[in-house]
Amino acid sequence: MSALTLSNVTKSFGKTEVIAGVDLNVEPGEFCVFVGPSGCGKSTLLRMIAGLEDVTSGDVTIGGNRVNDVAPAKREIAMVFQSYALYPHLTVRDNMGLALKQAGASKAEISGATEKASGMLGLQPLLERRPAELSGGQRQRVAIGRAIVRRPKLFLFDEPLSNLDAALRVATRIEIARLHRELGATMIYVTHDQVEAMTLADKIVVLRAGRVEQVGRPMDLYNDPANTFVAGFIGSPQMNFLKSAPLGMSSAQMGIRPEHVAISAEAGQIAGRISHVEKLGGETLVYALTEDHGLLTVRLFGEHDYAVDSAVWLTPDAARAFHFDADGARIRG
Amino acid sequence: MSARSSLPRSVAAHGILILYTLIALFPVFVIVVNSFKSRRAIFNEPLALPTRETFDLIGFQTVLSQGDFFQYFLNSMTVTVFSLFFVLLFGAMAAFALSEYRFRGNTLTGLYLALGIMIPIRLGTVAILQLMVATGLVNTLTALVLVYTAQGLPLAIFILSEFMRGVSDDLKNAGRIDGLSEYRIFFRLVLPLVRPAMATVAVFTMIPIWNDLWFPLILAPSEATKTITLGSQVFIGQFVTNWNAVLAALSLAIVPVLVLYLIFSRQLIRGITAGAVK
Repeated sequence: MSALTLSNVTKSFGKTEVIAGVDLNVEPGEFCVFVGPSGCGKSTLLRMIAGLEDVTSGDVTIGGNRVNDVAPAKREIAMVFQSYALYPHLTVRDNMGLALKQAGASKAEISGATEKASGMLGLQPLLERRPAELSGGQRQRVAIGRAIVRRPKLFLFDEPLSNLDAALRVATRIEIARLHRELGATMIYVTHDQVEAMTLADKIVVLRAGRVEQVGRPMDLYNDPANTFVAGFIGSPQMNFLKSAPLGMSSAQMGIRPEHVAISAEAGQIAGRISHVEKLGGETLVYALTEDHGLLTVRLFGEHDYAVDSAVWLTPDAARAFHFDADGARIRG
Repeated sequence: MSARSSLPRSVAAHGILILYTLIALFPVFVIVVNSFKSRRAIFNEPLALPTRETFDLIGFQTVLSQGDFFQYFLNSMTVTVFSLFFVLLFGAMAAFALSEYRFRGNTLTGLYLALGIMIPIRLGTVAILQLMVATGLVNTLTALVLVYTAQGLPLAIFILSEFMRGVSDDLKNAGRIDGLSEYRIFFRLVLPLVRPAMATVAVFTMIPIWNDLWFPLILAPSEATKTITLGSQVFIGQFVTNWNAVLAALSLAIVPVLVLYLIFSRQLIRGITAGAVK
């Protein structure tokens, strides 16, 4: 039995269709990430799973039960929000225990669950504080703890790391991955950051304009994208898209990742001129302007020196290239 | 010192504000000062402070001996407090519904309620009086509470719904997922966060009610239901006005509303929202 099933789920606000028929199956224990640009409907979809938005048509099934008309509190889910959403008038302990208290659990049960969750997240010293006395990272840990205490069938994360600074974001990301391993729980995670998606997910769902573009494991999406949108969205820096005609190929477009382009000062397939160089220490990104294909990115490992405005030759690795038709769909084989 | 608070600018700002404060407080000052003077001293030197010779409590003695001033106070207090309570309760509830729920006619309802800000309720005095006569509410405090609640609601809803739109959706949704009822979300999560706005609305609502002479005169002029502003009128006659008593009554009338204001202004200042959301 799958942990979550969406069958032909749609959502309209008046005449605007935000979710246009989504089918999805999430297995128990799976970490599923919804990713897409802003406005693609990923948060709306998550809120529909949570029961915070009505489903216009289609079915949402959690743990085998159809929950379309079930109140959020009765869906056995827990949600972590981007803005933490801690109750300002309650201490950390009461914040974490509130859901169980509402569900009518005994005092011992609540304190046991709170202790266990705060132990996992190192929150014991903070239990008597109020949200106003915590830092951003601590607040987000409390919000995650509040979700754990409920022992839900489904964890929902709505861009939980967006309000944290870069270093804290990486640390919290690792923490969430660790929790997923320890709890073995099913998690649905929404983000616009493809790095979070790649690093956390067992399964990535790429959404665009309310439609699922592709579902798959991170490396499947990276190595075998279904269309130009997925190819461009997954992987950083973005894949280069070249016109096929000047290269003598039959497809409309060719995609090649920056790490699969060779660069040379003497000879190669495509002539270009360096417009910018970014040195990141471990890698160097070279941006070259070409006549036929516009700006192309080359990713080199280690430190390299290239002068801006110098002429270079670029050669895509034909074996690693992807081909797309005029509509952006992948031509395989 | 930052560019926004250079010395000449802050001197100018303070100067203007102090000047305004003096102008605004001047009539109050004249009333309070003269209420402690003898009749002759009031007319001889209206702006002078009471001295040993001119100090006289005759006004207060008259007020406290004539008529049932304590009862008038109580009436004013009852009307103000109950009206305020209902305006804040119903205003906040309506504002929550308008800002939180999507339903057909939401915008229209909001506009309809805002109409009351633009049309003065006194235009409907005749109809209100007919209504009160028909329902037998003339000469009751209930009549005044009902009218003042209606009078205060439009502005309260207008201000509070703007503030409630600002309350984090995530917080309300977190409450829903944790199984809180809509009432608990409203009373425990949303209301504390809009407390400063509630205090603002309370002050705006309270003062016109306390000062009103129109509706007490028309709807509840009986001895038992007189408010303090109406009660003070007994000393203003067509030919003779007992200025000592009038000024003393008005001075006394300032006190309760000042106390209420102090209570609410504390709430205005207290920043309790920090830490709820980023």
